[in-house]
Amino acid sequence: MSDNTLRDQIQTAIDENDVILFMKGTPDQPMCGFSARTVAILQSVGRPFAAVNILPDPRIRQELSAVSDWPTIPQLFIDGEFVGGCDIVTEMYESGELQHALGVEDAAPAEAAPESQSPEAAPLTIENRL
Amino acid sequence: MSASGAAATPDELKERIEAGIPGATAEVTGDGHHFNAVVRAPAFKGLSRIAQHRLVYDVFGAEVGDRIHALSIQTKTEIIA
Repeated sequence: MSDNTLRDQIQTAIDENDVILFMKGTPDQPMCGFSARTVAILQSVGRPFAAVNILPDPRIRQELSAVSDWPTIPQLFIDGEFVGGCDIVTEMYESGELQHALGVEDAAPAEAAPESQSPEAAPLTIENRL
Repeated sequence: MSASGAAATPDELKERIEAGIPGATAEVTGDGHHFNAVVRAPAFKGLSRIAQHRLVYDVFGAEVGDRIHALSIQTKTEIIA
């Protein structure tokens, strides 16, 4: 598989999923604190999201960063647009912008601890999606 | 100017951010691998959050994720005199 094909597949995954998070590990088993925090925020907002684990193949991260012009992981995309990493997602969650972007701003505030919830959507894997 | 082989330090990151972004002041904490930077700069005004953070990441290029394992950023436009 050429790297350009991989880049196309990443772009397709971004285009085909309203909310998609590229992360280290999976929502069930994040492998990095920043990915874990971003997953917890998305789960507390309650909007299902797709997730791609970038760890199995280092080229995924290379190509993703080429698409987004962003050096770090995690990376969140909403409606095909790059939104940011953990810091920006956290700021947007605290200000309510994230809930607005996800169309759930009228939802009741989440009361359960984010980490106690299970993900709404099964994580996408490189094997079945990219 | 920075030593590319040596471990990164909060002081090095602060100096490079302040040298790389006009008018910026930075407060950087970290343990040599994971860093947190609060950066204030008039250059951020009118830019999206993503663009503001890119300006900071651009100071370090490919070192982010490598020599600088993780860099958390908070950007602010107001300047503290």
